[in-house]
Order: sequence, then structure tokens, then C-alpha cells
Amino acid sequence: MGLNCMNKVMSNKWIITLYILPALLLITILIVIPLILSGYFGLMKWDGIGAMEFIGLDNYIVALQDSKFWQSALHSFLLAIFSALSLIGYLAVALILASKLKGTNFLRKIYLIPMLLSSVAIAQLWIKVYNPSNGMLNSILRMIGFENPPAWLADPNIVLYAIFIPIIWQYAGFYILIYYAALKNIPESLIEAARIDGATPLQIALKIKVPLIMNVFKVTIVLSIVGSLKYFDLIYVMTGGGPNGASEVMASYMYKLAFSSYNFGYGSAIGFLLLIITLIVTVIIRKLTATDEEIQY
Amino acid sequence: MRKFGYFLLYVCLGAVAVFQIFPVLWLFLFSLKTNQEIFAGNPFALPLDPKWENYVKVFEGGIDTYFWNSIWITVVATVLTVLIASMATFAITRMKWKFSSLVLGIIMVGLMIPIHSALIPLYNMFLNVNLIDNPLSIVITYVTYNLPITVMILYGFYTTIPREIEEAAIIDGSSVHRLFFRIILPISAPIMSTTVIINMIYNWNEFVFVNTFISSDKYKTLTVGIQNFIGQYMTDWGAIGATLVISVLPIIVAFFFFSNKIMEGITASAVKG
Repeated sequence: MGLNCMNKVMSNKWIITLYILPALLLITILIVIPLILSGYFGLMKWDGIGAMEFIGLDNYIVALQDSKFWQSALHSFLLAIFSALSLIGYLAVALILASKLKGTNFLRKIYLIPMLLSSVAIAQLWIKVYNPSNGMLNSILRMIGFENPPAWLADPNIVLYAIFIPIIWQYAGFYILIYYAALKNIPESLIEAARIDGATPLQIALKIKVPLIMNVFKVTIVLSIVGSLKYFDLIYVMTGGGPNGASEVMASYMYKLAFSSYNFGYGSAIGFLLLIITLIVTVIIRKLTATDEEIQY
Repeated sequence: MRKFGYFLLYVCLGAVAVFQIFPVLWLFLFSLKTNQEIFAGNPFALPLDPKWENYVKVFEGGIDTYFWNSIWITVVATVLTVLIASMATFAITRMKWKFSSLVLGIIMVGLMIPIHSALIPLYNMFLNVNLIDNPLSIVITYVTYNLPITVMILYGFYTTIPREIEEAAIIDGSSVHRLFFRIILPISAPIMSTTVIINMIYNWNEFVFVNTFISSDKYKTLTVGIQNFIGQYMTDWGAIGATLVISVLPIIVAFFFFSNKIMEGITASAVKG
């Protein structure tokens, strides 16, 4: 009787509806429907205020021939590749951290601090760091003898790399923390066994530890690449995509089209393309990194 | 030789720590300096006579409005998110119904999508219902966009709650609401506190929604408000530094007290489990 009663209570449709509805409604109305609408608005000529005019696929065709869009996509993908490559460095730091040194708990906390700051504060801080005449970087460079350090954010040839440094600064602690947690989950007995067999610490790190946390590493590859394609705050505040589009990324290009040029139809089309590109890249990377075990994130 | 190896490893770790912490230290230092001191050269010289006036100036300039907006929006959105996500996770993992995994899938869509793809339609929706330049639009957007990650973190814990706890409660004649509020919520307190911290960090630092939906100064939060401030203090580095310190200090202080919980939350938000 008891279990029957239990099943009956726990499958009460009214109660289920009551508990799930707030979340489901919010997500449907504010996430799912807008994503679909974005594709639809992309079919319109629209300034955001007046009436919409249906123009078919024109916006999407224009986008495919828009060199500014391709340039911003190229920058997004460059940042994604840099981000993925820098994971190797974070993994190396995590391996050192997890190798029974003292004081690592304190260091991990220090590493994580930038991750907690808002991208806006980070951007403003690094604008100051990069300030050509009085910034921290050029002050240090002058102290050690460089006469003419570059104007980092004003030079179209350097700006994208200059922006990538605060991105590393922001996320290093995050990835190091994830790798460290995964490394600490490796059973001590495995490492001990290898040590008894005469493996050097470097061999243990590369041949035992790294393969054992490969699944976590693959998850972070997806996180970093997909995350990079969505970068916005930091770049928007630091350079606004400039100088002359040299640091424009997909999200900042879309944002400008809509909220500076009031080109809402075309902006929607770019936003929808950003969604499609992100989804395609996610699927491709998951396929490329897939193993027998299912990857969860 | 072995000792030298350890020394090298510490040098590596130390170099990373220096890179991570120096810009923040430099910020604290220049927030207490005058322009003459800052421009004199050595970026790590201690301020001769700390200029707390920089902070006074920023508060007199009205940063407190942004500060309070950040606080109340962060708190209200966080409470709502964690409550709504807990209810949804409860329904998905503990109640019996056909579409539970479908609904979970819909909620998880939010984890992958770039928010910019939804931004124009969202703006248009809020415009149509007169919620542009109204803090309500910010609160409900924060709640919605943090639901997926919150449900994901809670989900792992909810699936491990033993059935016997529910059975005992229901057979004793408890209602589902009583079961949820009096039993499930209290036992999920540790994981809830993790989600609270993650939500607070996200909400405190959020920029693009406020920047897009809010135009009046009286509703702006710190992330957008400091942009105004910095524009206005263009060449006064001390005041800019003080503005930035005020905006990051609450998070750094919170980290000082709850660092283990925060690290746990950040790990949980990235890799399931």
C-alpha cells in the first residue's frame, strides 16, 4: 500500500506542473523563443523601431560577402585557437601544483583571483596596464631599458595579441583549478606503483597523470573554444573592436550593428550565424575529441 | 640535484603567481596615489601619503547608487534562481513523469548558446512590454540565464538523495510541498550554497544585459556604472583606480572568507560531478 501511495503522490500532474513551470516558462520565453526569433528577424529589413520589411535571405547573403563579418569571425577563431593552445600551459602548471609541493593551496587561490573580477573591471585595469605613457607594462619596460615600447592597444598589428594576455590572465586560474581537482582525483596507489617500478616524476606526469585526466582535458578544449567564440565584454570595453576593426569579434560586430547602427535585421542575422557557428563548432570538437566513454559537460 | 629541481618548480609557480597578482596590487597602489606619483615612474613604489581622498571623491560622485543596485539585483536574482532551479530539479529528478528528460534537455540548451544570439529579440520583447530601462528586465534575465548552470549543479546532488527519505515522509502523510521545503531543501543546503556563490559572482559581474536594457543612471549596476565614472575621470588615475577597487572589493573579500566553497562551485560549474 505504501509504495503505491508514494507513486501516486509523486506523479501528481498538478504538483509536477507547479514545480517545473516557472523554470520552463522562463527558459522558453527568454531563451528558446528569442533564439528562434533571431533567425526570423534576420529575414527582415528593420531599424528596431519602425515596421519590419521581409527581404528573404538578403541579410544572410550580405553577411557571407561582408568582409567585416569574416574579419571578426577570423579574430574570434584566432582567439579560440590561442585559448585552446594555452590550455597546455595551464595543464603544466597544474601538474607542478599537484606534485606534492607545499603551499599550493595558497597559490591556487592567488591564481584564481582574476577569474572573480568582472570583465569590465579587468578591461579597465588592463587599459591602464597597457597605457602607452604611464601604464604598468611600459613603465617596467622603460625601467629595464626599452626606449620606445609599443602603444599596445592602438597598434592594429598587436592589438589582438595584447587583448589575449588579459584573457589568459582571467582564465588561467580557472583551468588550473579544474586540472588540479582532476589530478587530485587520481588514486595515489597508481602513482605509487609507477614510482616503485622506477618511473621518474616526469614520466609519471606525462604517461600516467595526463592520460588519466584526458577526459577532463577534452571538456576544457570544448569550453575554451566555444567560450572564445562568444567573447564580448572584455574586448568591447577595452578597444570597442578597434583600431579600425583590428580587434573586432563576432559578438562585438553584432552588438554594434544593432545597438550603434540600429541595423536590427542585419544584426539579428549575424547573431543567428553566431549561434549556428557555435553549435557546429561544438559538434565538430565533440566528435573530434570523442572517446568510448561519454563526455559530459 | 633534487632540491634544485624543487626550487625550479617553485620558481615556475611563483612566476605565475606574480603575473596573476601584480596587476591587482598595482591597481590598489595607484588608487591611493596622485597622478604625479603614478607618472613618476616606478609602478610599485608605495604611495608616500595614501590618498584616501580618491575614494571619498568617488563616493561623492555617486557610485553608491550603482553599488546598491548591484547588491539588490544580485541578491534578488540569486534567491529566485536557486529557488526556481531547486523546484525544477526536484520535479525532474524526484517526481515521476514522462517528459522529465525532455524538459531537462530544454533547460540545458541554455548552457551552450551565445547570449548575443538572443539579445536583439530579448531587447525587442522588453521594449514591447515596457520593461526597457526597468530593473525587472535585468532580474528576470539574470534568473533565466543562470537557471541552466544552477540546475546542472543541483542535478548531480538530487540524483543521489536516497528514495527512502521520500518514502518515509510520504508514508508518514507528508505532502509533496512539505517534503520539498522541510526535507529536500534542508539536506541540499551545502550544494545550494555552492550555487548561491556561483550565481552571486555571475550576477555581480554581468555587463551586457545591463548595458543593453538599462539607460537611466539610477538603475545601472557597478559594471556599467564604472564605465560612466571612468569616462568622467578621464585623466584622474587615482579616482579611476578607486572606482575599480570599489567594484572588485566585495568579490575579493567574499573570496577571502569563502574560498573553498567558491573553488568548489567553479569546479562544479565547469565539469559535471
